[in-house]
Amino acid sequence: MVLTKEMDRREFLVTTLTVGGGFALALSFPWNSAEAAANAARIPDKPWESLVGKNETEINPWLVVAPDDTVTIRVAQSEMGQATFTSWSKMICEELECDWSKVRAEYASVNRHFRENKVYRRMATNASGAVRISREYLQQAGASARERLMAAAAEVWAVPRSDLTVKDGIITHVPTGRKLRYGQVAEKAAAIKLPQEPKIKTPDQFTLMNKPTPLLETPLRVDGSVTYGIDVRLPGMLYAAAKASPVFLGKVKKYDDTKVKNRPGVHAVVEFGGPDIEAGVAVVADSYWHAKTALGLLPIEWDEGVHGEDTSEKFLQMARAALEEPGAQVVVKKGDPEAALKDAAQMVEAVYELPYLDHAFMEPLNCTAQVTADRVDVWVGTQRPEEALLDAAKLTGVPRANIYIHNCFIGGGFGRRNQNDDVRQAVMIAKQLDRPVKVVWSREETTRHGYYRPMRVARFRAGLGPDGMPVAWINRVIGIDQNPPADPAQTIRGLHQVPYAIPNQLFDYHLRQTHVPTGVWTSVGRSQNEFYLESFMDELAHAAGKDPYQYRRALLDGNSNFPHAKSWVKVLDTAAERSGWGKKLPEGTGMGIAIGDGRRPGVKEITICAVVATVSVSKKGELRVERFDVAMDTGPFLVNPLAAERQVEMQMVMGLAAVLRQEITIQKGRVVQSNFHDYPLLRATEMPEIRVHFVRATDEPIVGIGEEALGWVAPSVCNAIFAITGKRIRSLPLKNHNLSTGAA
Amino acid sequence: MFSLRINGKTYSVDVEPETPLLWVLRDTIGLTGTKFGCGMALCGACTVHVNGQAVRSCVQPVSQVVGKVITTIEGLSPDAQHPLQIAWREGDVPECGYCQPGQIMAAAALLAKNPNPTDADITREITNLCRCGTYPRIRQAIHRAAQLAAKA
Repeated sequence: MVLTKEMDRREFLVTTLTVGGGFALALSFPWNSAEAAANAARIPDKPWESLVGKNETEINPWLVVAPDDTVTIRVAQSEMGQATFTSWSKMICEELECDWSKVRAEYASVNRHFRENKVYRRMATNASGAVRISREYLQQAGASARERLMAAAAEVWAVPRSDLTVKDGIITHVPTGRKLRYGQVAEKAAAIKLPQEPKIKTPDQFTLMNKPTPLLETPLRVDGSVTYGIDVRLPGMLYAAAKASPVFLGKVKKYDDTKVKNRPGVHAVVEFGGPDIEAGVAVVADSYWHAKTALGLLPIEWDEGVHGEDTSEKFLQMARAALEEPGAQVVVKKGDPEAALKDAAQMVEAVYELPYLDHAFMEPLNCTAQVTADRVDVWVGTQRPEEALLDAAKLTGVPRANIYIHNCFIGGGFGRRNQNDDVRQAVMIAKQLDRPVKVVWSREETTRHGYYRPMRVARFRAGLGPDGMPVAWINRVIGIDQNPPADPAQTIRGLHQVPYAIPNQLFDYHLRQTHVPTGVWTSVGRSQNEFYLESFMDELAHAAGKDPYQYRRALLDGNSNFPHAKSWVKVLDTAAERSGWGKKLPEGTGMGIAIGDGRRPGVKEITICAVVATVSVSKKGELRVERFDVAMDTGPFLVNPLAAERQVEMQMVMGLAAVLRQEITIQKGRVVQSNFHDYPLLRATEMPEIRVHFVRATDEPIVGIGEEALGWVAPSVCNAIFAITGKRIRSLPLKNHNLSTGAA
Repeated sequence: MFSLRINGKTYSVDVEPETPLLWVLRDTIGLTGTKFGCGMALCGACTVHVNGQAVRSCVQPVSQVVGKVITTIEGLSPDAQHPLQIAWREGDVPECGYCQPGQIMAAAALLAKNPNPTDADITREITNLCRCGTYPRIRQAIHRAAQLAAKA
């Protein structure tokens, strides 16, 4: 860098020191070179310009081989922190047998996906599906490419395929020792059709997967070169600041654009709204700052509709009332729970309540769009690029083949970026302009126009027998959504299949509607349902006078109807052993345990996870989560244990922030919270130690890892609080509770 | 018209005096490595150096940084070989990565005045938010960078 004399001497030292020879890693990646990093960073800026050069050969839509043996992998998933470019590449290269140090990755084209009959199969990044759903066809793509490259070499040498071996992209003719590189036979391979597709490896044969791999994504993220959606810059681009109706489902009554039209840089004031687009007004200017400041001065009158006096307190009352209302949908009915409850030696009853939550990622929502008569381009970080394309087609009437969704790296998604409301809004704004426009939402707009984790109320009643074990179980949950879903999976998930041995059960639910948009929030349903379920199990254990770990263990061991009981016990034992469960702790410190498997209706795969939270609470009620011990089933493999561990940590942090302080409340029909001061993230000072204990407890591939730990944060913490203070937490966040047990 | 000294280059920018430095960097000049997170100096995603001090550029009026030395993530090192960047890569610190330029700039300012910070120093001085919870790896990487800088 250029140094200036004003610089502090130590600043000089720190900013100029480098270490000779670069950095050492077990593996080195081409992205670490300046040229490759520049290529990678260019993906979102000019996404229609692939990394792939003219002299490179596409073997199949998933991968391209260059003359210098560089392999470019097409990634059909969105990257938002899961290191999916690395994992996706590993799944293909496991079979391809290329030189991993020559692998680079780029986004698959959404446009091509549609033009070529959904060639990339599934481009949505959600439902923990990246590995579960894609792995086998990615392995197949890698294996198929390998066999075609081998067949090409066999053809060049006129020898049988069986005489050839391959390693790191170098094919050897074993009898003669002759060698050919992938880059030398790629063109020939592209023309070869295999008589039959090769078999793919089973997990016990993996050599690349199941081992930690440094992340391809990292180098881009340490020098500012990675382009998130919000960083897109285009020639002639304008900037827009948007304000949607503060009361959801409201309308724009009128606005006075004469007040801002003459402000510096302002180009236009435009309206947006319609089906699935919250109505509002945007100011378009030559910079975001000009747009935002003008928007702040724009007088807008809103038609608030019928929801202008709604409050989350009112919704809560409605949900509480629904607990008593008839007509609930029955999910589970086993034995005669009402009779068993009457006859039980002891009855335990509890009602749990949870607030709306926002996703609160770091990158405020944004989308850049250019709409012309015959072509639409959209630059956005989205979890659902296919739907983004379809939405753009619908809004503009431009044929799908002429719509380009340039997916960008995402500064956190957590389910929110499934919605594409930012895309619909930006396309609608861009339609009214003759230049590309980048719409940036303020943090306040991002917080106040979410698709929130639904509020929920749940009631449990259990009857315990003379031995303290449950004989009756009656559970009702009230789901609250803007549009009650036809598929209530999120509302009932986890509660629909209680793993513990309980002979008489009833589980039913009601759905209730409000005007507040709701959506999926990492773990989709489990962060609510597991909180109730595993807190209530803790209540039962204490009512029975038993250790909460042993109580669960006994109920699992004794459940001959539950096929995963043994695996659950293994994970539960791991969490207990590794956390030091049962050991003496200092006064004011305690442990809470919770377990589950992320089961969802209609999906056979599970990921068993048990969490032990070690918590301290002072007499004054100051709480600190000291440590999480997370035991998680890996099944027969993890694609990248290094990334998997980070995913688990992320969930602990996300869950803990929500447990401590986060809630979205509604007053006068609108969201009260606005920014990180009233919707706080977890701070470094509050960060617990997180120990991730991977354990192979099942032999089938797991459902996933990116949202399979979060559900057990809240119950493990709250169960620990009970162990310390005797206070049972039945609603969150904890900031609304007084945990003090006397003077300090 | 303001003249700004950024990453060793001089830029003339025609903006209103109250314009936050963040938007001058991102929109006017095109240095998008510095991120917009909250607009209220709450999260630190927009951290840059002004005369070697870590500053949250989203609330820093441009008129107040004229004549000062401004460094952004792009200017921290010409070849991404600052000890912090090396340590960050070694430890695979980032997850979604959005807050990381700000974290690195805050860490660089800390190391400049305190070449061997303790855990407590780091936690006290670096208050940037990370949604993915990379805090422990950030702390380890800062210690590692301090080592690398001491060896070089």
